[in-house]
Amino acid sequence: MTNRFILAVSAAMVLQAGSAIADSINVFNWSDYIAPDTLEKFTAETGISVNYDVFDSNETLEARMLAGSSGFDVVVPTSDYMQRQIMAGVYQPLDRDLLPNLGNMDADLMELAAAFDPENEHSVIYLWGTTGIGYNAQAVADRLGDDYVVDSWSILFDPEKAALFQDCGIAWLDTEKELIPPAMRYLGLDPTSTSEEDFNTAADMLMQVRPTVRYFHSSQYISDLANGEICLAVGWSGDVLQAAERASETGQSFEVGYAIPDEGAHLWFDMLTIPVDAPNPEGAHAFINFIMDAQIAADITNYVMFPNANAASTPFVDEDVLNDPTVYPSDAARAGFWTLQPYDNRTERISTRLWTRLRTGQ
Amino acid sequence: MITGSAPWRGTAWAVGKLGLSGRTLVIAIPMLWLLVFFLAPFFVLGRISLAEAIIARPPYTPMFERGPDGSLEIIASLENYRFLLTDALYRNAYLSSIRIAAVSTIFALLIGYPMAYFIARAPEPRRSLLLLLVILPFWTSFLLRVYAWMGFLRTNGVINNMLMGMGVIDQPLVMMQTDFAVYIGIVYTYLPFMILPLYANLTKLDGALLEAASDLGASPVVTFFTVTLPLSLPGIVAGSMLVFIPAIGEYVIPALLGGPDTLMIGRVLWDEFFGSRDWPVASAVAIVMLVLVVAPIMWLQSVQNRRGAD
Repeated sequence: MTNRFILAVSAAMVLQAGSAIADSINVFNWSDYIAPDTLEKFTAETGISVNYDVFDSNETLEARMLAGSSGFDVVVPTSDYMQRQIMAGVYQPLDRDLLPNLGNMDADLMELAAAFDPENEHSVIYLWGTTGIGYNAQAVADRLGDDYVVDSWSILFDPEKAALFQDCGIAWLDTEKELIPPAMRYLGLDPTSTSEEDFNTAADMLMQVRPTVRYFHSSQYISDLANGEICLAVGWSGDVLQAAERASETGQSFEVGYAIPDEGAHLWFDMLTIPVDAPNPEGAHAFINFIMDAQIAADITNYVMFPNANAASTPFVDEDVLNDPTVYPSDAARAGFWTLQPYDNRTERISTRLWTRLRTGQ
Repeated sequence: MITGSAPWRGTAWAVGKLGLSGRTLVIAIPMLWLLVFFLAPFFVLGRISLAEAIIARPPYTPMFERGPDGSLEIIASLENYRFLLTDALYRNAYLSSIRIAAVSTIFALLIGYPMAYFIARAPEPRRSLLLLLVILPFWTSFLLRVYAWMGFLRTNGVINNMLMGMGVIDQPLVMMQTDFAVYIGIVYTYLPFMILPLYANLTKLDGALLEAASDLGASPVVTFFTVTLPLSLPGIVAGSMLVFIPAIGEYVIPALLGGPDTLMIGRVLWDEFFGSRDWPVASAVAIVMLVLVVAPIMWLQSVQNRRGAD
């Protein structure tokens, strides 16, 4: 009995070791963007080991994709960046036969994402979210009164209000895509506009409040909000909510909140894709299929506080996450959302130039 | 013995037959190194800087293209360089990088010189220990040491907490994300590069000269400025170059410690490459920077050569 058991175990171990050596995939994902046990469970179930690497800006990912031979099997670009990268021939079409869990996905959201990738040929939604305002509730109450509700971009874009927060620190995401469109919307313009005049108008307004900004960075604000180093940030929904959780876990005297402004916000999708030159496309498909598992998708959402697009996972998502309008926005809030299409080369140049000038104050 | 030396003789014979002396061979190794790791990348960069950005992989136009009649066409334009010259941003970034590098070099010299002097004058056993202490920080990752500075300089950081605890200040000082933090980072990181050449120079200083100056009635201060300082000039130049040149192109320190106002060419390069996805303009920026760094070195070299000839 015992002997047979040991034999079985060692046979299993040999099998597992054999497949682990043969099979590994390289995943390139956003920082702080997966549940702590997801990779472990994937390896346990499939025998494929995962080399996991992270980035904090679409620009970093794009440079590596355009240079080619990145060695990654699965990468997670944001929808508008992905659309341009598909044009450049960076990603391979997905093999639907290898993705039986596709049926779990929310048809409406996948349809929205198809605007960036016709018929979802190259991609599956990983998570989605909004870009809004992260704030230190104590600092806001101290400066604007206990009754003040953060519900507008004006707290950042009105020079008088923003100036009140200059001493405790304001951070902006370091990408023009997340600041210029909200500025346009705040000024009553179309946030998806590509007119040079609109860009200049928005940049002029941002230039007025730029002196209130302590730094431009796309991940630093998470820990800084959590430990009180800054008190206002333009940030991605789940990242701010993670900061809120860290602040309460570490027993800070203040609370961190996330607001989706009434004027509207950027709605974005982060997409699971496979580069054309992925060394292990079968392993990559297995990984994407595993992420679409209802329980796994729910685990990730519960941990990172970004909503998924997995309809089957909803019963497994924690009640308080599901009912949190800052995670899953209400239909009313959704009405004000916009999605971005990639800019043409000329608009891209205009917006990057404006951004460099804004950031450096030149 | 005979069998051992035979292959060597054979090689020497072959070398002699090819007209290669041992001397050329010795020079050939560093030359080959420069060719593979400096000149070749430089030409790749130069070639990309003449292209145009497109949405493709890689994201720039090819240099050679088949014309409609099958002829080979070369596509190259100096448009990117014209763009650099006409846009004030780049000029400001170059100037600001040179200014930050120059100020950092001066501070590194002011701090490094007394340290090198002190080490050079210390008795022998202690000297090696002091030198070791100068080199010791290199055993820790550079990135970690910059992060450690972030811990010191933060609003809730070590320095602010200490000063507030002692009652010196009641509002925390904002030190992170300022030019001040960048200067601290650069001076701290490159200080050993200033100290080591200065130390090497100062240990060779002939003590008899100092004794002679003192015998002739010069005070220690006068001796320092008329004897020690002029004699250590080569060390000062070498140390300053070792600090100034990497500081101009510094990217990590301004990115981690600097604020939005800190304009440095390394950051502009990053923006062009990653933000605009414009590899051709980024390459042009890099080539202009290289020329800007190489020009003063060549000038200095020629000045020193002329001096040597005198």
